[in-house]
Amino acid sequence: MGELRLMKGNEALAEAVIRAGVDGYFGYPITPQSEVIEYLTAEKPEERTGMVVLQAESEIASINMLYGGGGTGKKVMTSSSSPGISLMQEGLSYIASAEIPIVLVNVVRGGPGLGDIQPAQSDYFQSTKGGGHGDYRLIVLGPSSVQEMSDFVPLAFDLAFKYRNPVMILSDGAIGQMMEKVELFEPIPRLTDKEIIERYPWATNGKPKGGERRILTSLDLDPAKMERHNWHLQKKYKEIEENEVRFEAINTEDADYVIVAYGSSARISQKAIQLLREKGIKTGLLRLITLWPFPYKQIEALVGQGIKGFLSVEMSAGQMVEDVRLAVNGKVKVEHFGRYGGMVHSPEEVMEALEQKIIGG
Amino acid sequence: MTEEIIIAGFGGQGVLSMGKILAYSGIMQNREVSWMPSYGPEMRGGTANVTVIVSDERISSPILRSYDTAIILNQQSMDKFEQTVKTYGTLLYDPNGITKHPTRADINIYRVEGAKKAAEMGNTKIFNMIVLGAYLKMKPIVKIENVIKGLRKSLPERYHKLIPLNEDAIRMGMNSVEIVQEVK
Repeated sequence: MGELRLMKGNEALAEAVIRAGVDGYFGYPITPQSEVIEYLTAEKPEERTGMVVLQAESEIASINMLYGGGGTGKKVMTSSSSPGISLMQEGLSYIASAEIPIVLVNVVRGGPGLGDIQPAQSDYFQSTKGGGHGDYRLIVLGPSSVQEMSDFVPLAFDLAFKYRNPVMILSDGAIGQMMEKVELFEPIPRLTDKEIIERYPWATNGKPKGGERRILTSLDLDPAKMERHNWHLQKKYKEIEENEVRFEAINTEDADYVIVAYGSSARISQKAIQLLREKGIKTGLLRLITLWPFPYKQIEALVGQGIKGFLSVEMSAGQMVEDVRLAVNGKVKVEHFGRYGGMVHSPEEVMEALEQKIIGG
Repeated sequence: MTEEIIIAGFGGQGVLSMGKILAYSGIMQNREVSWMPSYGPEMRGGTANVTVIVSDERISSPILRSYDTAIILNQQSMDKFEQTVKTYGTLLYDPNGITKHPTRADINIYRVEGAKKAAEMGNTKIFNMIVLGAYLKMKPIVKIENVIKGLRKSLPERYHKLIPLNEDAIRMGMNSVEIVQEVK
């Protein structure tokens, strides 16, 4: 068993970044995720692993530092919260098009605008449907515990390099600020420059003798070539949709109703299904781990299994519910419930919503 | 066993660190724990509260609306959290600064003169450990040796010399907690 510690989600993530063999972190502080850069600075990772930690002059600078650092085949990442992530969207679109593997973390806070610093999940559309311009996708992971804030860091890098695609860890203020027991994984050594050259033939770390110049760009003024590049990206996204859907089904086998949720809403909903079962209402929970790719097929299968209604629970005005509706395709009732703007629903409110909107409605 | 606790008082009373020590003690006793603080503007000079859950099962929601136990350390928190204690649940409070005492008839109510005892012991900083001792006397969810282990883990080494004082404070709380009413 690895080392056990009591840590905040943000701290566990930062420790995992050092242990995952990351080469560089480039970030700009913003509540409720500032503990990430605080922890990284206090821990002196430059002494532990040689990792670089840099406070950039802005979020726009940090995302473009990832473009450069990731382009050389190094493991690079950033973290921020909602308004900061909005600033990064242009760079993210460029990174997705140039197929640079990077990891970014969004510890979501209430919006829109500058909003507040309390937990929210209202960046689902931005994270899973684009956010920047053009036809691109991020792989999006939704941790629902401090343990997953740690475990998803190496997973995110594995997926980023496997598909040469940006990966987002979409957390929220509650998961970032809460403390739980976390088992830390054994450190993974950073790759040497030689290993990077051998492993990543696409990386722009110098023209090999007698080889081709390597170019990473998102620009191609020939529309036919750009369409071919898009076909290639779409093929890759389809492959990710087929292979990388991750979720946890809790008590769905005998359920009449299913709550679909991720992150802290999944935790709250897990308590709600216990309360509902105490009342004799058989409810299950589909806890999403990947938000993109979304488990359309798995939800369709639950409809086939005889689920009578779905409640999509999210700290937003109703974003993920659109994907649940697409999957259910009108066959049974689908409703949204959630507090937002930084307010967090209680398990009792989720229970009442299922009773009123799905069973009673 | 699942114990869902809210600890609420003024910022600076050691509310968050008391919750952290309780959570660490739970880990030392091989329990699952969660610690969910209020954070943000309300922390700065105003009220502070933290939800701590100690359980022998995987913890579902770290965010709750009703609690097995409320530990209340100022009037604002009394106003806000007295009604959130579950029936037959427990309310522990320090009467210092309380003008409206709890009135619920369906819960266990205990009081501890934490601020007064801390002043008597000559160190107001151990206030929260006196309250923790009072809580553990009424709800022995973790053993005192695991609390000491928790303190060792959570305090920087330069403060380890203060652990005996904290232990004394916990025992002071255990010995001075008073029963206001018991319903079960």
